[in-house]
Amino acid sequence: MLIKLTGGAVYDPASGIDGVKQDIYIQDGRVVNKPVGDFKVDKEYDLNGKIVMSGAIDMHTHIGGGKGNIARTLLPEDHRQDPVHRTDICRSGCGHAMPSTFVTGYRYAEMGYTAGFEPAVLPVNARQAHMEMADIPILDKGGYVLLGSDDYLLRMLTAKKDQKAINDYVAFTMQAAKAIGVKVVNPGGINAFKFNQRKLDLDEQNSHYGVTPREILQVLATAIKELGVSHPLHVHGCNLGVPGNMDTTLNTIQGIGGLPMHLTHIQFHSYGTEGDFKFSSGAAQIAEAVNKNKNITIDVGQILFGQTVTASGDNMRQHANYKHASPNKWVTMDIECDAGCGVVPFKYKDQNFVNALQWAIGLETFLLVDDPWRIFLTTDHPNGAPFTSYPHLIRLLMDRSFRNDVLATIHPEAQKMTTLASIDREYSLQEIAIMTRAGAARLIGLQDRGGLSAGNWADITVYTDNADRQKMFEKPDYVFKDGELVVVDGKVVHTKWGTTHVVKPDYDLSVEKDLQAYFDRFLTMKLGNFKISDDEITEDGRGSLTVHPLKGDVA
Amino acid sequence: MAEITEVPSPFCGIGTDDLTIQVNGVSLKVVENGCAVNSPAFEQAITDTSARVDGKEVSLEAAVAKAAALLKDTNQPVIGGCATDVNGMRALLALADRSGAVVDNMNFTGARNNFLALQDSGWMNTTLAEVKNRCDLLLVVGVDLESFSPRFFERYLWNEESMFLDDTGKREIIYLGKAPSGNASTSPGGRKASVFECTNGDLPDVIAVLRALVKGNPIRVDSVGGIAVADLQAIADKLKAASYSVVTWAAGALAYSQAELTVQTLSEMIKDINNLDTRSSGLPLGGKEGDQTANQVCGWTTGYPARTRFSSGFPEYDPYLNDTNFLLNNGEADALVWVQAFNAKAVPPVTDLPTIVVGRSGMTFAKEPDVFIPVGTPGIDHAGHAYRMDNVVAIRLKKLRESGLPSTFDVLHAIEQAL
Repeated sequence: MLIKLTGGAVYDPASGIDGVKQDIYIQDGRVVNKPVGDFKVDKEYDLNGKIVMSGAIDMHTHIGGGKGNIARTLLPEDHRQDPVHRTDICRSGCGHAMPSTFVTGYRYAEMGYTAGFEPAVLPVNARQAHMEMADIPILDKGGYVLLGSDDYLLRMLTAKKDQKAINDYVAFTMQAAKAIGVKVVNPGGINAFKFNQRKLDLDEQNSHYGVTPREILQVLATAIKELGVSHPLHVHGCNLGVPGNMDTTLNTIQGIGGLPMHLTHIQFHSYGTEGDFKFSSGAAQIAEAVNKNKNITIDVGQILFGQTVTASGDNMRQHANYKHASPNKWVTMDIECDAGCGVVPFKYKDQNFVNALQWAIGLETFLLVDDPWRIFLTTDHPNGAPFTSYPHLIRLLMDRSFRNDVLATIHPEAQKMTTLASIDREYSLQEIAIMTRAGAARLIGLQDRGGLSAGNWADITVYTDNADRQKMFEKPDYVFKDGELVVVDGKVVHTKWGTTHVVKPDYDLSVEKDLQAYFDRFLTMKLGNFKISDDEITEDGRGSLTVHPLKGDVA
Repeated sequence: MAEITEVPSPFCGIGTDDLTIQVNGVSLKVVENGCAVNSPAFEQAITDTSARVDGKEVSLEAAVAKAAALLKDTNQPVIGGCATDVNGMRALLALADRSGAVVDNMNFTGARNNFLALQDSGWMNTTLAEVKNRCDLLLVVGVDLESFSPRFFERYLWNEESMFLDDTGKREIIYLGKAPSGNASTSPGGRKASVFECTNGDLPDVIAVLRALVKGNPIRVDSVGGIAVADLQAIADKLKAASYSVVTWAAGALAYSQAELTVQTLSEMIKDINNLDTRSSGLPLGGKEGDQTANQVCGWTTGYPARTRFSSGFPEYDPYLNDTNFLLNNGEADALVWVQAFNAKAVPPVTDLPTIVVGRSGMTFAKEPDVFIPVGTPGIDHAGHAYRMDNVVAIRLKKLRESGLPSTFDVLHAIEQAL
């Protein structure tokens, strides 16, 4: 079937097209060039006056894995506020802070998103992450596997194993867990918490292993580079949420020595200690460092006011913050000599000084980082806010007067501590398209996604231009996934199943010999039962794997 | 005859995956690393191979059609049992969503003791590999651990080496409440567990006093539930002195009213210990016959654990009112679907309502159900996934033989499609 999208204004930063009126042809799920000679269009959509972008990609969203399901189980009262009825097309479920899997897929698609990436896949919990994501309809998905607090790596560092051995282990783990990237959370800190350490600075030693977070970051970032994995090491740094942690973050940027590194939810790591409350914005210094260091990318982890739940691998910092739990209940777990997790419900309040300033710090960061190819739009769903608040966040970025109106309503002391009112910048549609489409696809290393030129998969979102950007982005006219129309006027009209994006870096098979001995001696399952097979993703007839090239591969 | 190694078990809850099983046609024999729970569960013979309607053998298609016909005009069917693998639960929840059913896992009344505590105040828990490598003090509350999991001590306490303990034999084991039925908790060097027995009825008081002692609150009695307060003080002191104590309980074994408060007191005590400059974690036992699996899959599909109704067109969780037996006894259900792919002895409650059983081959019924469809067992007749007790690790179940039995998924999906 040949589909023609006629006359829309196309924003396709991947091809350098910025609001140009263009026709798009779709055949067999992909964008194609205008056929030559005589041809018949089977279905035409008149998009005159409409805005066309590729489907949006959330490069950091907690949509699959054990901590999310703990968050769901913890909060029945939150689900009861947002029941989702079954329809002829859609399954029932729940929404709001931590939606059910089916509702996650529907609501992302209804905002024009066609892919989401789970950033914290514990190797030992990777099956669960993939099984949950297998029940998210419409979206493509993928995961970054968590390393850095696992005892195997720390033992390797203590034993001074060479970089090649570490690369093999990283590649093995990526393949075993079916990952497209590697994340490190509070490097070594989750492990240190098990030894009763309650904080771990960048150069502080793990009391058992003598290894520092800085060393962990260096070997993992090096491994990613040497393996040719496109997505840079994805880093949730030390000291999340601690006033003064911007120094740690600046030090982390300097310390990586030019290696590619992605600093995630940087808002939570951009705090100073100025002012009467000893809590201030470090956004300007952080943005300056990001602007200067081209090897660094960031996503923001914007907070927005209201009830949510924080679900993190960082059990050390989550435990330190449990007193802020609202409602007052929380969970931490130590997990399998592999990692950990912590789940703490949060209610961010605009009249709370700290929350109000966190809100401003996130926005300052967005507005002070120059290059939209190196900054990404996230709320660290659900940690800063549920993903359903993205259209509101986009309006805050694109509409200065709206932003200043909201700013005028937050805690007055926080207003005094932010430069936000003096920042004139408004994001353009093209910059939004870079952050949420082309840039995200490039950062993750997705081939044939995030663009609208011929050869790309036809993940396409069509909006009606509206000066109220929140209204515009929360209700697309059409969303196509792999060329199939899935959303009309902001409602799902058809569902399908997306693919799972992975990379498969090579490793020396001899690494499995050491690992097998380690599993038999110290862990609780056989190595052969730990590795996830391709079947497990595909055997239900819905899932599929898409393997992306490594850097240096011939495409 | 074939021999399959590294076989994972969905039966014992602790994720043993080192079984060696001999396969001879459709008969299985556990030849290595069996136990009193796993060996009989694997070795049970296939007796029923065809479906029945009203006691008469019919084709699978006919049984599915009959099941769909029975469900077609119901207002509130109950799907009980819910003992199957991840894919089976997926199909079960799709069927419940379509038919407006109540979903209720058969072990939920026990598990409720954990869920109510979790949903009210939360907890700090750990998993089996952390126990194996870190635990220097294990406090076992209200359960005979070795009859629950015969190989628990062998695999996770008396392992030859651990990463962080010089000598695993020096771990201290304390029982509070129930006494152990055997010697599994005795260390290889002969060190016996300390045992402080009390009745289930006294356990809430005993645990409350223990928590008070951990917090340093004064206690004005000398004994509680027959246990000297001095002994409880000694346990409290050991919990505070340990580097990584683990407190374990089985929600289902706390079989008394409001036992969720005992779980909550234990969990809050663990939090208290973590604020006294050391580490401690909880380890709830469970994971048998798909109970964690049911709650996990229902959790991501609906937001709620597996005692949830769909009769209003969206999921509604009620840990009391959605109980299968409560609904049957109060006349609030109009059909029963019983799903139990693991245990042929776990048969449905007897009811006059139309009854459909999707069960392990070999079930015998006091009253023949309207429809009985024998299904394969996950991890024996087909591959699949099941969660073990610590709720983090989903084990990959293997297919061991070619029995021709359909999976739970196949059957429930077919019924859903026929509706």
